[in-house]
Amino acid sequence: MNWIVDDTWIVIIGALTAIACALPGCFLVLRGMSMMGDAISHAVLPGLAIAFLVTGTRASFTMFIGAAVVGVLTAVFTQWITNLGKVDRGASMGIVFTTLFALGLLLIVQAADYVDLDPGCVLYGNIEWTTFDVSFEFNWGSTLVFVPRAAIILGSVALLNLCITVFFFKELKISAFDPELATTQGINAQLMHYLLMTQVAITTVAAFEVVGSIIVIAMLVTPAATAHLLTDRLHWMLVISAIIGASAAGIGHVLAIVVPPLIGFESTTTSGMMAVTTGLLFIVAWLFAPNYGWLSRILSRKDVENPFSGPLPTD
Amino acid sequence: MVSGLHNTGLDWPSIEALLNVLLLENSTTAKVVISTTVLGLASGLVGCFLLLRKRSLMGDALSHACLPGIGLAFIVMTQFMGLEGKNLSGLLLGATITGIIGVVLVMMIRNTSRIKDDAAMGIVLSVFFGLGTVVLTLVQQSPGYSAAGLESFIYGKTASITQQDADMIQAVAAVVFLCSVLLFKEFKLLCFDEGFSRSQGWPVNGLDVILLALVTLVTVVGLQAVGLILIIAFLITPAAAARFWTNDLTVMVILSAIIGSISGWLGATLSALLPRLPAGAVIVLVAAMIFMFSMFFGSARGVVRRWLSMYKLKRKIGRQHLLRAVFEIQEALCLEQSKDPANVAVPFKTLLNHRSWTPKRVRQLLRQADHEDHIDLIDGDNVRLSESGFGEAARITRNHRLWEIFLITHADIAASHVDRDADSVEHVLSPDMVRELEEKLDMLGIPESPHYIAQAARGGPA
Repeated sequence: MNWIVDDTWIVIIGALTAIACALPGCFLVLRGMSMMGDAISHAVLPGLAIAFLVTGTRASFTMFIGAAVVGVLTAVFTQWITNLGKVDRGASMGIVFTTLFALGLLLIVQAADYVDLDPGCVLYGNIEWTTFDVSFEFNWGSTLVFVPRAAIILGSVALLNLCITVFFFKELKISAFDPELATTQGINAQLMHYLLMTQVAITTVAAFEVVGSIIVIAMLVTPAATAHLLTDRLHWMLVISAIIGASAAGIGHVLAIVVPPLIGFESTTTSGMMAVTTGLLFIVAWLFAPNYGWLSRILSRKDVENPFSGPLPTD
Repeated sequence: MVSGLHNTGLDWPSIEALLNVLLLENSTTAKVVISTTVLGLASGLVGCFLLLRKRSLMGDALSHACLPGIGLAFIVMTQFMGLEGKNLSGLLLGATITGIIGVVLVMMIRNTSRIKDDAAMGIVLSVFFGLGTVVLTLVQQSPGYSAAGLESFIYGKTASITQQDADMIQAVAAVVFLCSVLLFKEFKLLCFDEGFSRSQGWPVNGLDVILLALVTLVTVVGLQAVGLILIIAFLITPAAAARFWTNDLTVMVILSAIIGSISGWLGATLSALLPRLPAGAVIVLVAAMIFMFSMFFGSARGVVRRWLSMYKLKRKIGRQHLLRAVFEIQEALCLEQSKDPANVAVPFKTLLNHRSWTPKRVRQLLRQADHEDHIDLIDGDNVRLSESGFGEAARITRNHRLWEIFLITHADIAASHVDRDADSVEHVLSPDMVRELEEKLDMLGIPESPHYIAQAARGGPA
């Protein structure tokens, strides 16, 4: 295994993505809106297209704003259809994101004569390339350290999410578990909902532009669900899911380097492997979690079964 | 993804081009239009069951779960079987297998842990998609892989559906149609009451697997032919639109199939006629427009319809409250003079204090009652009911009291609480109910109120 500085940076960037995603991800899982990350990552296409058509550049900041706005709109429209039309939330989410994606595709194709905007290219940043885009460098002792732009962006998003989660912990918690109670306590549950959605939109957009959509979708849901199997306390769930996500990023990158040579290939994609690793960690928790794992459930069921296990009484 | 179908360079198609497309004379166009129509029909059918089981996004999870299967099938075929890697049926088989594994995993996670459906779908979607990209990058390094990639599987290529695709879509649609008809009763039971169907001895998990296998079939052929986003929309939007028009599952399923095929047909036709309209996107937008229209104007659950019935009920409740209040005041006024209740004028102030309502609300209610011909006279201080208004007021008060007495005698509710409880039912009492109450309580006239009604003159509102 040939480990260089770039590999360290990839793991760091992956871990920052994991932390940025895990914090809002826990609330998404608890609210039953886990598919929101996937929905937003598809739905932002018209935002990207419009930002591009209006400004005429592929400057990442305008694209980011456009995408983030449409990301929040996805949440707003979903809520709107759910409330107004009394449609199941999953279905309204699906309708909104497919429609927005189609709209974006239409815009891009309509403008295809003048512009060059490839949806595939827009949607998939690549974590392996992040180390080429250096934002600044500094001397650390005697070594020169290059800090990739991706690390700065994802570090700030992670910090932002951390601040929001810490400052609004009580409000987010109470409105995730019991919106009615939150309202009676004087907390605007609707506002908290949209705060969370904005957080998810910003995180998703920032992260997929930099590292690709697969990592984001995986890191939003899977570590949070894994942590949900391991604890009943929300603050522990947040901490555990961040740790699990970060370790999945590390293990995933190592696997991406180590596994392919073993089966006769050169290398494979790190982002895919990170997603697979979150899945593997989930499976471990699913089977062996102390209270909610499959194994412990079977064992505890045995305890309950025993007193009743004799022959059935006959008339 | 510029549509390759438009055969004119102009922005608007000529009459010949229009006829050409509408009559399906061009074989390529015909293939696309027929395939999307049939696919819309099939996915509209299964989409209904998915929607009612609150699993609409299963198509989303599934279509991502197909990706590793495509790559793995390619590896297996080229490395171990010595086949040509682009063998369509082999790739589709691979996609179907991992798709079904994904679906089964979603069910297992849901059934054996505290993780809910949505998170289970999110996990399967992201992990399988990640696995898919891992496998596809490996495939790209393998010998025998040519540039025209397997990725077209992900995005689809509606404009260039082949004869093989079209045949496959029709075959799958036939299977889906047949299964939906034959297993209609079972699916219905599964959708509405899973617990009941289990208790009746139906193999619930088996039925669930069959239903999801049908969804997998539709997704796999659709994914290949028309792309990821379109097939996800096809599975959700027509069913959700149909739901607004009916409360009957049979009607809903038929309607959803029709909406699906209309969006498929119209979208593909538009895309063939006009330049630069990708078929997949246009179909999704057509379906979304049908959905929006249904959401507002649907005859069973549409927004307008619901607002209208809510408005009507509000008016009715307001009218009944006003008339009963007037009648109760009249009763009290007549009692003071020891007379039988009669249609005497009621002071506005007393009326205002009778219930907790604002002067504005009372004036609004009075205007409404005047409009409905229930009021004879309004001057500055007094209100008097008309002939029909008095009759109606007596009837309403009587219904209210019959129900109150019923609650006291048959439901053991304290007399002091009964006014509030009766209020929630009296507005929807049917004539049959009233007749039954009369018989049961053996009362024909207007009974006295079973509880004390406070009068403003004697110490404030009730």
